[in-house]
Amino acid sequence: MIQKIDVRGKQCPIPLIEAKKAVETPGIQIVEVLVDNEIAVQNLLKMTKQKGLTADYQKAHDDYLVRIIVQSQDKPLDVLAPVKSTEDHLHSDTVVVLSSDRMGQGDDALGKVLMKGFLYALTQQQLPKTILLYNSGVKLSAEDTDTISDLTLLQEQGVEILSCGTCLNHYQLTDQLAVGEVTNMYTIVEKMNQAGKLIKP
Amino acid sequence: MSQESTIFCKNGGCTAKLGPDILSHVLKQIPQGNPDKDLLVGYHHSDDAAVYRLTEDLAMVQTLDFFPPMIDDPYLFGQIAATNALSDIYAMGAQVKTALNIVCFPEQMDLNILGKILLGGSEKVAEAGGVLAGGHSIHDEGVKYGLSVTGVIHPNQILANRQSQIADKLILTKPLGIGIICAANRMGAASTASMDMAVTSMTTLNRYASEILKKYRVHSCTDITGFGLLKHLDEMLDESHSAIILSESVPVISEALDYAENFFLTAAGQRNRNALANKVQFACQNFAMEELLFDPQTSGGLLVCIDPEDAPAALRELNTLSLQSNMIGEVVKRSDYRIKVI
Repeated sequence: MIQKIDVRGKQCPIPLIEAKKAVETPGIQIVEVLVDNEIAVQNLLKMTKQKGLTADYQKAHDDYLVRIIVQSQDKPLDVLAPVKSTEDHLHSDTVVVLSSDRMGQGDDALGKVLMKGFLYALTQQQLPKTILLYNSGVKLSAEDTDTISDLTLLQEQGVEILSCGTCLNHYQLTDQLAVGEVTNMYTIVEKMNQAGKLIKP
Repeated sequence: MSQESTIFCKNGGCTAKLGPDILSHVLKQIPQGNPDKDLLVGYHHSDDAAVYRLTEDLAMVQTLDFFPPMIDDPYLFGQIAATNALSDIYAMGAQVKTALNIVCFPEQMDLNILGKILLGGSEKVAEAGGVLAGGHSIHDEGVKYGLSVTGVIHPNQILANRQSQIADKLILTKPLGIGIICAANRMGAASTASMDMAVTSMTTLNRYASEILKKYRVHSCTDITGFGLLKHLDEMLDESHSAIILSESVPVISEALDYAENFFLTAAGQRNRNALANKVQFACQNFAMEELLFDPQTSGGLLVCIDPEDAPAALRELNTLSLQSNMIGEVVKRSDYRIKVI
């Protein structure tokens, strides 16, 4: 089935959003979008490329007709699946807060062993979205600590690791940050606000 | 959408700006008149504001900016348009003195709306420490508002655009994403939280960041508006320099990335992309981030080239302010790319 859309006189993002709706409608094989400026054509081609679809266009008088091939006979249906970022699939919206380099209160040596165990266990289960490190927690992301390998492994799997800049500075570890990025209070609060679940060992 | 909003809010803000390539084509053909040694910064520098030396230790900084609404609330629109117009003064490192209103308003529209716009604008002029000294209004089909602002500065303290030095760090003082969030908002798809964040950003004067930055060795400064981060950066770099942008360090309003992935893109963003066609290399595969780097900002933050030794302290002090600043890259020797995003 061919769907035709006339969005002449409409400014972006309207042509893009109308075309996107059409290509995501089940059963639509070709979407033809009529626009009146070249920038809209470029934006539409950008969108189709990003969605892994093919498109071409031709000039018709003062207008442009963009033809998007959604699904040809020999193309499998899965091209219709909406493009989702891998992050959505891999990660929960959990944020882990490490406000100390020790886990729990009592014996400090025990606390350090527990924290190392906690980070190892974290790599073995459903991954959090973000790990926030502040106060003495930033010692965990500094060079020459035994927690670096687990934090690096988490980062490689897409977990965002953020260490408080003020705290790194306080402990004179700014130059020794070995994994993740430096962050500030604004981001720490934002990440906590957006978290579905906050874990603080 | 309410009746008011369909009339009031078009494709406004800095997305309404003419594309940079069209503009430079026209400007090139205009004679610049007799050179005047006291015109320290003129329009051929593509700088933020004009600077004219009055005496040895005093120069006048002049700028004007106006645009159609990008938001339904007239009071907030007034605040945003004024914050944006005042910003050019701060991008030069100057102090605001006087401001004049620039108004286009349809005769048949409710005058209370105009009242709210002007109230919002006047509050920002007052916050900037300036005096509202008059204005000019004309009848027009669509609403437009802005200010002509005059500031002062010592001629030796001008933060011009094009004085980057190799190894300078780049600091950006507001998150990106305004254009995309406003586009999503016009389609009814932006979350309240993201729109609130965008409005907070657009109504925050660059005065506070500018006052902090003046204490450090800033070599070059501009404000990010309709041309987007990358085009403004391009204008800022000396011909013998290139820049590297660390995409993961660029502050963004996080929802803007989602909206970009869902193609709430503007024509202005694409025009900015075209204007930089062969100058930018993307070494990272991140469509949404690319879009944000080209995204037209209304009343965006300051972008500075700062001495690398001063950068950490300046950044720490900037991050005591309400909006997020970050170190987003550095200036390097001219390479086969003008700007590389990694």
